[in-house]
Amino acid sequence: MGVAKYIKNEKDAVKEVIYQSGIRVKTSYGPKDLEETGFNYETDLGDPGGYPFTRSLHPGGYRSRAWTTRQYTGFGSPEETNQRFKYMISHGQNGLNVAFDLPTQMGYDSDHPMAQGEVGRVGMAVDSLKDFEIAFAGIPFDKIGSGLTINANATVMLAMYQAVAEKFGFAKEAVSATPQNDILKEMIGRGAWIFPVDPAVRLVGDAIEYSVKELPKCNPVSICGYHIRESGATPAQEIACSFEIAKTYIAEVSARGIAPDEFVGRFSFNLNVFGNMWEQIAKFRAARKLWAKMLRNEYGVSENKKLFLRGLFGGGGSGLSKSQPENNIIRGSYYALAAALGGAQTTALCSFDEAYTIPTPRAALLSLRTLEILMEEVGLRDTVDPLAGSYFVETLTREMEDKIIEEMQEIEKMGGMRQAIATGDIQRKIARQAYEFEKGLQEKEIIKVGVNKYTDGEEQEIQLHEYNEESAEKQVLALKNLRKSRNNRETTQTLTALEKTARNGGNVMPDLVACCRAYATVGEMTGVFREVFGEWKEPGLF
Amino acid sequence: MNNKKIRILIAKPDLDGHDRGAKVVALALRDAGMDVVYSGLHQNMDAIIEAARRESSDVVGLSVMTGAHLSICERLIKRLADEGMSHVHVIIGGVVPQKDVSKLTKLGVRGVFPGGTPFSEIIESIKALF
Repeated sequence: MGVAKYIKNEKDAVKEVIYQSGIRVKTSYGPKDLEETGFNYETDLGDPGGYPFTRSLHPGGYRSRAWTTRQYTGFGSPEETNQRFKYMISHGQNGLNVAFDLPTQMGYDSDHPMAQGEVGRVGMAVDSLKDFEIAFAGIPFDKIGSGLTINANATVMLAMYQAVAEKFGFAKEAVSATPQNDILKEMIGRGAWIFPVDPAVRLVGDAIEYSVKELPKCNPVSICGYHIRESGATPAQEIACSFEIAKTYIAEVSARGIAPDEFVGRFSFNLNVFGNMWEQIAKFRAARKLWAKMLRNEYGVSENKKLFLRGLFGGGGSGLSKSQPENNIIRGSYYALAAALGGAQTTALCSFDEAYTIPTPRAALLSLRTLEILMEEVGLRDTVDPLAGSYFVETLTREMEDKIIEEMQEIEKMGGMRQAIATGDIQRKIARQAYEFEKGLQEKEIIKVGVNKYTDGEEQEIQLHEYNEESAEKQVLALKNLRKSRNNRETTQTLTALEKTARNGGNVMPDLVACCRAYATVGEMTGVFREVFGEWKEPGLF
Repeated sequence: MNNKKIRILIAKPDLDGHDRGAKVVALALRDAGMDVVYSGLHQNMDAIIEAARRESSDVVGLSVMTGAHLSICERLIKRLADEGMSHVHVIIGGVVPQKDVSKLTKLGVRGVFPGGTPFSEIIESIKALF
């Protein structure tokens, strides 16, 4: 029965329900439960669009605007990515969510030995501005916003995005990009980190500071509880880690003399949806409320729209199964429903074949259709926060809030997020939970349909996206040509300037933009940082 | 070798950073009484060979999610042979399509454990190597 634990009696009646976050659910709820939690409409919920935004960020919810759909896309060469972008846009997608291959995410050029076999495999290969010119050709930068899924060298990619928009004649002020730029979550999950904790956080700060000053429509950081949850965190820990990470970035930027009020309004979140639906809905409602309260009470932010927990609530890959993969289509629909009932502003779904590899166009389109059906056919736009006032949902939201606070205190006991990551304490905690969860699955304490129950039936062969060796070779060739054809003196000058700034502690963004314009490669720019900052040695505890 | 603890190095080769599976299996093997070391992320072949030598590993367990499992196993098994370490068994877990299992076995991989393989099966297979 999903991610929660269900303890049953011999007649298959459910005796106890325990959610991942540790909340026990009762058989039924009534007015007394709300009374006991001290529920108060004004302070716990407020009207939609009103503080603390538990119900919705906007008074009209999905009535005024349906959610933005932003499937994670990008693979192989910039040409192929460009085609896929246009395909998704022509089918109604209104934002891009760009996937980069691992060499790009790790700051290696396509011809580096570490890039072998990985060029264009899990995302688009990017070596220089030339590749962005191809990938984003014909994309209306003033209408379509792009999420750039990159972290360790997000500064490089943000600079490149500005450079390509300007090259196509769009003012940088019109450019709307959301580089993921959340390095601390990479150190907990996902693992695409390069530099040690302190310089890594500094780079995050550079992107935020630069955006505040130069890129008014950019959201310079997207804090990803998503990946932390994928690594084994509970829903409450997912939010707690996200907020503790946010606090670390706020401290970094505040230390540069910029008040939180000037930049926290640009933070966005990438949160996960899988497993028990009620727990997810309560999580999103509690998170919106806690974030607003925290910014107002601890950071003195007052303007309503700066208190918004904005973000992408996306269907999580961890919820999918490799066996009976078509079940994932159904799972995705329910995750999307939970996201909608939780008030997601932007959404995306892992596609049904993603337990194997990056999705085929057909699978990606199915995900998009799932999201569209919810908004167009089944009534999710009818009224704002339809679950408000439910004895159960409101009690659960309150309990979730308490759990999140408890988990935040745990992290603070570890010495805060920087320290918890540097020592490996938080990674170890989450890895152990992942192990317990896996044991639960294997011992059938946790049920997953088609995985450890109802496993009969034929295994379906599914059509998978194939890795294109040829396009990797083409990418390497194009890179070699670029190194010959660009003005290498200019490139070297810009890289030297970048190194100087990296060493003296200045903001690296303006130099990176200059490097990108001079067609410096991702490997060269990241290489400068590798030289100056060194690489992180992870504690590797488990 | 029945009385000696099996020494196993769980290694994450190359750039992929998804280490949930690696750590989960590492914990399961440790609970089963094996001596387990985890390499950490982003290891190239040199680093894996070096760690296996330093730790006197009996088994190297690779965790690969990217689809590059064939080339990685081929490279590792060749390097182990070149270094005079052919006695080290190579096993692999992660995202491995069924059609590649026989190819991996042909390369000399001694155990293939796609995500979701019961811990008991992994543990028994490793024990059976000795």
